Amino acid sequence: MKTKQNGIVTRINGPIVHARNLAGVEMYEVVYVGSLELVGEVVRIENDRCVIQVYEDPTGVKPGEAVVPTGGPLSLTLGPGLIGNIYDGLQRSLTEIHNTGRAFIDRGLKVHSLPADKTWPFKPLVAKGARVSSGTIIGSVQETPLIEHRIMIPPNVEGEIVDIVGRGEYDIEKVIAHVQTDAGTVEIKMYQKWPVRKPRPYKVRRRSDKPLVTGQRIIDTFFPIAKGGCAAIPGGFGTGKTMTQHALAKWCDAQIIIYVGCGERGNEMTEVLVDFPKLKDPRSGRSLMERTTLVANTSNMPVAAREVSIYTGITIAEYFRDMGYDVALMADSTSRWAEALRELSARLEEMPVEEGFPAHLPSNLAGFYERGGLVETLNGREGSISIVGSVSPPGGDFSEPVTQHTKRFIRCFWALDTTLANARHYPAIHWLTSYSEYIDDVSEWWRERDPEWLAMRNTAMEIMQREDKLQQIVKLVGPDVLPDSQKLILLLADIIKVAFLQQNAFDATDMWCSPEKQTMILKCIIMLWERGGEVVSRGAPLREVRNMACVQELMRAKNTIASDDGKALTALYDRIDEELRKIEESYL
Amino acid sequence: MSDYSDLEYISVSQVSGPLIVVDNIRNVGYNELVEIRNSRGDLRLGQVLEVSENHAIVQVLEGTSGLRTQGTSARFLGKPLMLSVGKEMLGRVFDGIGRPIDGGPPPLHGTQRDINGEPINPCSRAYPRDFIQTGISAIDGMNTLVRGQKLPIFSGSGLPHDRIAAQIARQAKLLQEDVDFTIIFAAMGVKHDVAQFFIRSFEESGVLGKSALFLSLASAPSIERLMTSRSALTLAEHLAFDENMHVLVIMTDMTNYCESLREIGSARGEIPARKGYPGYLYSDLASLYERAGRIQSSSGSITQMPILTMPSDDISHPVPDLTGYITEGQIVLERDLFQRSVYPPIAGLPSLSRLMKDGIGEGRTRADHPHIASQLFACYSKVKQVRALAAVIGEEELSALDKRYIKFGEEFEHRFLTQGEYENRSIEQTLEIGWNVITTLPREELHRVTEEEIDRYYKERVAVETLKSEEAENNYSGGNDIERE
Repeated sequence: MKTKQNGIVTRINGPIVHARNLAGVEMYEVVYVGSLELVGEVVRIENDRCVIQVYEDPTGVKPGEAVVPTGGPLSLTLGPGLIGNIYDGLQRSLTEIHNTGRAFIDRGLKVHSLPADKTWPFKPLVAKGARVSSGTIIGSVQETPLIEHRIMIPPNVEGEIVDIVGRGEYDIEKVIAHVQTDAGTVEIKMYQKWPVRKPRPYKVRRRSDKPLVTGQRIIDTFFPIAKGGCAAIPGGFGTGKTMTQHALAKWCDAQIIIYVGCGERGNEMTEVLVDFPKLKDPRSGRSLMERTTLVANTSNMPVAAREVSIYTGITIAEYFRDMGYDVALMADSTSRWAEALRELSARLEEMPVEEGFPAHLPSNLAGFYERGGLVETLNGREGSISIVGSVSPPGGDFSEPVTQHTKRFIRCFWALDTTLANARHYPAIHWLTSYSEYIDDVSEWWRERDPEWLAMRNTAMEIMQREDKLQQIVKLVGPDVLPDSQKLILLLADIIKVAFLQQNAFDATDMWCSPEKQTMILKCIIMLWERGGEVVSRGAPLREVRNMACVQELMRAKNTIASDDGKALTALYDRIDEELRKIEESYL
Repeated sequence: MSDYSDLEYISVSQVSGPLIVVDNIRNVGYNELVEIRNSRGDLRLGQVLEVSENHAIVQVLEGTSGLRTQGTSARFLGKPLMLSVGKEMLGRVFDGIGRPIDGGPPPLHGTQRDINGEPINPCSRAYPRDFIQTGISAIDGMNTLVRGQKLPIFSGSGLPHDRIAAQIARQAKLLQEDVDFTIIFAAMGVKHDVAQFFIRSFEESGVLGKSALFLSLASAPSIERLMTSRSALTLAEHLAFDENMHVLVIMTDMTNYCESLREIGSARGEIPARKGYPGYLYSDLASLYERAGRIQSSSGSITQMPILTMPSDDISHPVPDLTGYITEGQIVLERDLFQRSVYPPIAGLPSLSRLMKDGIGEGRTRADHPHIASQLFACYSKVKQVRALAAVIGEEELSALDKRYIKFGEEFEHRFLTQGEYENRSIEQTLEIGWNVITTLPREELHRVTEEEIDRYYKERVAVETLKSEEAENNYSGGNDIERE
């Protein structure tokens, strides 16, 4: 880094600081502002004057104080120690800050992103003389019992390994290998730096046909998301965006979870920190924290750092993707991020478009969601990033700009509904306003488990749609005037709501539902629908179907039968079959 | 401290709304405190909102009326607005920026604190889990308040939010420990009688001596309101985190606070977002609400109960909307219930406590609490549907089951929700009434409670016959006379 001359602060307007005498700084270069050395980023340049977005509260900064350029853009330190950590938007470890004994976050604080004194068990995977290029895995570190951290050659390095250390415990500053490149010898350490705003390179994008199994019935069965897909969860306050995000972070079958709390509540991040270490991954039986990294920029932390926290999250996700992992990134909430953009843009005196948001909002959203996807990495592995962004529309009105623009860049829309949430129907994802464009992509995967999957799913959706139409009539004339064949639709819709769509995130049995249990319950419902409809058409009164003992059992199956208890599920299916047969026999 | 703090500038070049512009300044920092004197020598305080090499924009806390460009002088103090905090502030009354207005001397031996506070590290927070019994069934049973939570009351003008807040302040207690809450009350732009009501109510229940009041009433300059809640929370943080006390902060009325913020924004010529409110309204409100909670290094807590009136009862208005996105739930008051003389008129469905799940259940309240609460919500939501239907086809035409829902709705509102202003129900009483009310419905309708709980708590009412006659729905004879107790 070449030393540039220091600039001088000329004006302070909240997080936007103007400075002069800064000829030679680059766009998005990081600078230190004032005597407290607050971190800032250059966002506009005009001759030797520039505008700086400061990531910390600028109280007390005065015109005339120094601005020190650092020579590079805002970059993350990527290496062992990321998992289980919690960072602010600038990748300062909040755990480290906590360990200093202060419960509050002071300004101008400088802490390590990765533990500097901790040693990691390194295992080399290439030998001297090997040809390596960007992304080549040269060794591994068992970071947690779940995650093997693969040490890669940083982007833009290509050459031959001159030497590499043997197995052993090293800290992250230890030079583990030298690579002879055309430009000279390059030292390789266990960590690498990468600028947050720049997507990391990969070889090629691929189409994804595997679902991200979340264990949430309405998502997996009705509105599935593919590995590498992008989804949005919009909803007014109290509809359960964060609850859904937490459920996904807990139970989805990605190998790495990056949870970005962007402009949300401090207690929600604390909840993750308290809960996750105690919860067990249903597949590996290990603590969920062993696969999770948190980025927390709560609503009361500086707004400029909130803007960058989304990029911090996605860059960490890309780093793990490059190792060949399936990563899921939860961004809660992208609306707060968009509001940060709006606030900064207003202070920069940019021309606003809709509702005060800047004109570049859609391209920023696109830039973020496009960093998701399933790719072949530089080292030839397959890795993916699935992005789930929640959206907090003002007044719960989905026609506002952030929801509308987000819809353009995602393919899965889980719309949360206030009426459902008020009735405590959780997850409050509305079946009529939500959609998923991944159904065709993932149906092959499901068909292998049950050939009838797609047909059953579509039948269930059809029942729900017909119920909605009937409800409009019921609202006017009451349900009693309907014929039994239509009352059956109402009954089945009720069963689908209670037995399938509602899922209790706090019930030990119900919080995670295996794909097998999902299809089995669905199968029972469809059988009830088809054969129940048949007997009703033969003249059996609806109460015969409604009063079957197994209907109550089916409604409670989500809580009473464990996800892996195939026997009990089959037994339930057989009992429904048996009871239906009895009715069928009496109405031949 | 600035080396220039003894300089007094007479270079005021503009007075506009609550702002003044001071020219030719040197060494002035952002957010710094300013003393402003007019030609008659009256002292006011101000805060630097924006500073550049030759001028500073200062927001005058007491308003700019009577200020001129000539004869007004400004002195920059080289530090942000600080509040001197200490335990001896309890039992006293202050203005919005912490100056005593009860005639007593300023408190001695305080620690100086920046009233803007600092963000709590999420890593250092302790997750709130301790159930607070408020003695109000609608809150304890269905929207449980937890120690360290921020739970606002969304109200409308004319609704009894003040009485409810006072009742909570009077009755709130923890089940496990015998400690009282220390109450900090911040009044922003409310009328004099509202403040008097709270003072009287604290006095009656004997908590006034351990409360601190920050009053910036409707007559005070609107800018002072921006400081009032911050002063109150700064004292609360000191008491909770340094002195390990349990603090309940009541802030009323947040709508007035937001209006002051809008006033400043518009005076500065900022680009407004929704309804003229500044784009940073969310972040600004969060900087207040997020100061609630508990931290690991202290046994104290800050529980916040902000009160806001929704303009024309509109919950999607920016103030309640953004508040709801930050706070951990909301207690919504409903005019319809109020007009049917239900006190407290707490709306069944839109009210919510996000931390409830962690504060209730086995070992905290009772194992069946989460289930019965969820069941009551589900049934009451069905009541709303049935009532809408009854409004069209008439109650007579409803099915027997739907009639039982109507009955349930009435019992729920008049036995569960309704209680006296001085009635302090224990959580057991609340749950008992809940179970009792739900017996108006047949047990087949209950899917959110377990079979065991039904066996244990559900006591079938006498008139089981009506259920059996459900199939004979068209039979009108005596069908209306469902169970009597």
